[in-house]
Amino acid sequence: MSDINTIIKPENLIYKRTDVLSDNDLSYCPGCGHGTVHKLIAEVIEEMGIQDTTIGIAPVGCSVLAYNYLEIDWQQAAHGRAPALATAVKRLMPEKNVFSYQGDGDLAAIGTAETIHACNRGENIVMIFINNGIYGMTGGQMAPTTLPGMAASTCPHGRDVSHDGEPIKISEILAQLPGTCYVTRQSVHTAANVRKSKKALRKAFENQQANKGTSLVEIVSNCNSGWKMTPIKSNEWMEENMFPYYPLGDIKNQ
Amino acid sequence: MAKAKGAIVVDTVRCKGCGVCTTVCPTKVIELAAEVNGKGYHYAYMANPDACIGCSNCGIICPDTCITVYRAKAGATA
Ligand SMILES: Cc1ncc(C[n+]2csc(CCOP(=O)(O)OP(=O)(O)O)c2C)c(N)n1
Ligand code: SF4
Ligand code: SF4
Ligand code: SF4
Ligand SMILES: [Mg+2]
Repeated sequence: MSDINTIIKPENLIYKRTDVLSDNDLSYCPGCGHGTVHKLIAEVIEEMGIQDTTIGIAPVGCSVLAYNYLEIDWQQAAHGRAPALATAVKRLMPEKNVFSYQGDGDLAAIGTAETIHACNRGENIVMIFINNGIYGMTGGQMAPTTLPGMAASTCPHGRDVSHDGEPIKISEILAQLPGTCYVTRQSVHTAANVRKSKKALRKAFENQQANKGTSLVEIVSNCNSGWKMTPIKSNEWMEENMFPYYPLGDIKNQ
Repeated sequence: MAKAKGAIVVDTVRCKGCGVCTTVCPTKVIELAAEVNGKGYHYAYMANPDACIGCSNCGIICPDTCITVYRAKAGATA
């Protein structure tokens, strides 16, 4: 152990918690990808030096309390309305860096209209979209993104596509709209994927600074409570089941 | 015995024992403790400290950002 004590000293520090994260403990379940994405946003804000000029729009969903976790300015929108509120904030204060943070229930169910029209207008904002295929906060109900055959509290025998339709690939739809400049799908379940997601988030904020239009960063994420699995098992399940339907990578990059 | 090139410090109070850090460590340094913290979670710790290479994988993935990572400079005697 003496080895360790000679290594743990300030000049050898290579990774520490960014000060853009607050000291508050996250309300998320152990292992939930929301926390990793929050941290990446905080690190990008720190590295770009935009802590004082960034405004986040928190959604309704498990991340409703996001404003407690990043030391930036925030607004909190009604369920699904984050893109409309982000539009207003960015139009009133074009010099600010504005992003929405939304779950799949928020962005692709109740907020579908706001999402599509903000992207169609090419609002110069960043939209960060956490797709865990379920309504996490309210107890794991089926979402438009729930996979065929996947059990949820409102479809305990699995999603029946003859009754409920196929899961919506909202990012592919949004990529069709001329207002989006960058649409990408990433994940945070391995270290390599975490690094790629961070690059994608940085690119999205840089696009906003270059006035390029709407950037959408989808993160396919776990909901171990809703899926009723351990965090490690849920990441494995995500790889096997979510990625074939929601393939990772850039969908649009202009 | 291999000389450690890196080391981590886990905020064991904040740790939620999710175990995700254990899956991304290339040298199997981290395990969950048999004991629990004040929240009742089996917190992460360096079970195999000599194997740490200071890659930061555990630090960057931790959803609760409770891991600080150190790496000895190349050439320094650790
Ligand atoms: C107008 C309105 N309708 C419904 C709800 C209930 N509600 C709260 S969160 C939520 C779903 C959230 O799911 P998602 O956006 O996927 O976020 P997650 O919790 O999975 O991260 C619903 C339906 C609400 N708060 N307001
Ligand atoms: S319910 Fe699901 S999305 Fe919500 S914090 Fe828990 S794991 Fe994360
Ligand atoms: S990833 Fe973080 S919270 Fe999870 S066990 Fe490791 S140190 Fe604890
Ligand atoms: S820094 Fe790398 S080698 Fe060291 S414990 Fe973390 S993941 Fe393992
Ligand atoms: Mg969800």
